Amino acid sequence: MAYVLVASFFGSFGALFLKSGSAKLNRGLKYLFLNFHLALGVALFLTSSYFFVLGIKRGELSVLYPLVSLGYIWTLLWSRLFLKERMTRGKFFGLALILIGIAFVGLGNTR
Amino acid sequence: MYLEEIPLSAAVDPTHIERKPASRGKAIGMMLLCTLLGAAGQVLIKMGAASLHGQNPIAMVLNPQIFAGYALYGMMTVLFVFALREEELSILYPIIALTYVWVAGLAVYFFHEHLNVYKLIGVAAIVAGVGVLGRSGGGKL
Repeated sequence: MAYVLVASFFGSFGALFLKSGSAKLNRGLKYLFLNFHLALGVALFLTSSYFFVLGIKRGELSVLYPLVSLGYIWTLLWSRLFLKERMTRGKFFGLALILIGIAFVGLGNTR
Repeated sequence: MYLEEIPLSAAVDPTHIERKPASRGKAIGMMLLCTLLGAAGQVLIKMGAASLHGQNPIAMVLNPQIFAGYALYGMMTVLFVFALREEELSILYPIIALTYVWVAGLAVYFFHEHLNVYKLIGVAAIVAGVGVLGRSGGGKL
């Protein structure tokens, strides 16, 4: 369980760095690979999936699914904190629906 | 000039958030394609993993299905970055959950998994949630 928590944490920071990297992206595919923030974002995603696989190996899937969606909550938090994005009712409501949906898909997979 | 260092604060400059109304639709369209690529990647990796014997990491990388799956993940990431240029992270990131929807559908087709009530409710809630996000923030689609 702790592995999946760590994975969701790394993944949310991966998304944050992809976003900050995307803002300073110039034209030309070459610059996709020379962008430090993007490289860090991808590295964080890879780290995240490593921990995720470790977690899946020994955890119960019905618990793990809702834990994975914690990543969406972290990302919302970082968007507010670091990117100063506006939090609107629509974003909260939309995300709540998605989290409920993921929990149900998780339930459906274990039955 | 391309490689000039722009501080992180430039990325968080609130004026960056101002955008043309058209770019949200474009960004969300790119995210739909992103989740489709991700779902196809997952299905390919699962197919590849099923055909593997043992845990040889070299055989894993050389497996054409696993390789193709990860290539799709790479394309997905590039597309995600382009979408992020156009729209806020807090709107786009949760859309990735659509991957669950496509995977549920593809699993029925390729692995003959059953769709039960729980999965159907889950899929419907995710689709509704993405719809709400697309209209959030007072912007028009």
